[in-house]
Amino acid sequence: MKEAKQMSVSAIQKGTVIDHVPARNLFKVIQILGLDHIENQITFGTNLESKKLGRKAIIKIADRFFEDADINRIALVAPDAKLNIIRDYEVVEKRVVEVPDIIIGIAKCMNPKCITNFEHVTTRFRVVSKKNVALKCHYCEKITNQENLQII
Amino acid sequence: MKKRSLVSIDDFTKDEIIRILDRAGEFEKQPVRKLLEGKVIATLFFEPSTRTRLSFESAISRLGGKIVGFADSSISSVTKGETLHDTIRMVNSYSDLIVIRHPFEGSARYASEIATVPVINAGDGANQHPTQTLLDLYSIRKTQGTLDNLNVFMVGDLKYGRTVHSLMMAMSWWNATFNFISPEELRMPDEFKLYLENAGLKYYEHLDFSDIISKADIIYMTRVQKERFSDPIEYEKVKNVYVLKNSMLGNTRPNMRILHPLPRVNEISTDVDSNPKAYYFEQALNGVFTRQAILCNLLEIN
Repeated sequence: MKEAKQMSVSAIQKGTVIDHVPARNLFKVIQILGLDHIENQITFGTNLESKKLGRKAIIKIADRFFEDADINRIALVAPDAKLNIIRDYEVVEKRVVEVPDIIIGIAKCMNPKCITNFEHVTTRFRVVSKKNVALKCHYCEKITNQENLQII
Repeated sequence: MKKRSLVSIDDFTKDEIIRILDRAGEFEKQPVRKLLEGKVIATLFFEPSTRTRLSFESAISRLGGKIVGFADSSISSVTKGETLHDTIRMVNSYSDLIVIRHPFEGSARYASEIATVPVINAGDGANQHPTQTLLDLYSIRKTQGTLDNLNVFMVGDLKYGRTVHSLMMAMSWWNATFNFISPEELRMPDEFKLYLENAGLKYYEHLDFSDIISKADIIYMTRVQKERFSDPIEYEKVKNVYVLKNSMLGNTRPNMRILHPLPRVNEISTDVDSNPKAYYFEQALNGVFTRQAILCNLLEIN
């Protein structure tokens, strides 16, 4: 018998599908995009099998389209994420995310003596390396790298 | 008019640095000038630093300015739990310029974003201390006649020493050659060596003093602090290796000068003090002239 290809997460009529999110970072992506504060219908699946990521997550947000600047904010936690823009159940556009040059208010500075870890300061980093992500704190000037990266 | 602050040494261009050094030279000739008459300067020392504070207060006083502030956060509202943000907002309305010393890194940058008056960073933790760097540059230029193409030796704690990092960055703009002498545990961090490599500048690392110092134009000494070592035995092994003694200076160049950000503990033996190549006490005095020049520059007073 031929195995029918079944979708783990139901299709949406129009909106945005974010695919290839590392499963462990699903909730970080939800948080960064503020999906926990919007009224749109959102369906997601996690711990799905992926050849590339091992276990991936997928998020489908109905009736919502993102600006590049917004979506690039997830690049720190989901560098391989692929976006499908859906209209009438069809993929009309595919997009990839790109690590931005400046990161504002997403990452935590790893330096325990940085002022941003003591007072209510919005963190700000210049991205000094995009491949192995390295962030230079605008305040204490120390580098936070991939291994030490924490999302606020 | 956009206000200027001095938080990191690279907030100033090479040309601006030269202008400040020239101005400092004028203050050295005539230190007492009432250019800050009627101005109020806030000196906020959230951690004690007697040397830096006195140097700033001397510079402000010689310019005829008035000082408000505190020398230690234990006597200020900080003990009542006020945030840095609120302290700066409050002081901002009382003063024409804020000098800040704070134990947290990045605090001066943050203060400069809150304040509408210029902010001078007088040391933010292990991060930056740009007025020290400018006075070091002033001292180097004054003793060598130039900043170009010098052979600079840095000795001691090159890992945590913020003064050596900032000075190294600044001297790299004038094509310096660097020699680093330090224990294995306190070597110059890779990010700074990479910076020199990218800039196409030569540097050499040594674990010990040797005849190599005969090639130095400047020997910049720093303190090797016990608390920097994870293993106290390592400290005991190296603590006497990085001590400069008068007997070692015989073959050094006549123009060579010894600098130290002070306070010194034992890393320069006292028998060096009377050698004309010792320059660290004059260096401290240069700090007053340099800070006078920085204050006038940021307040746009000619």
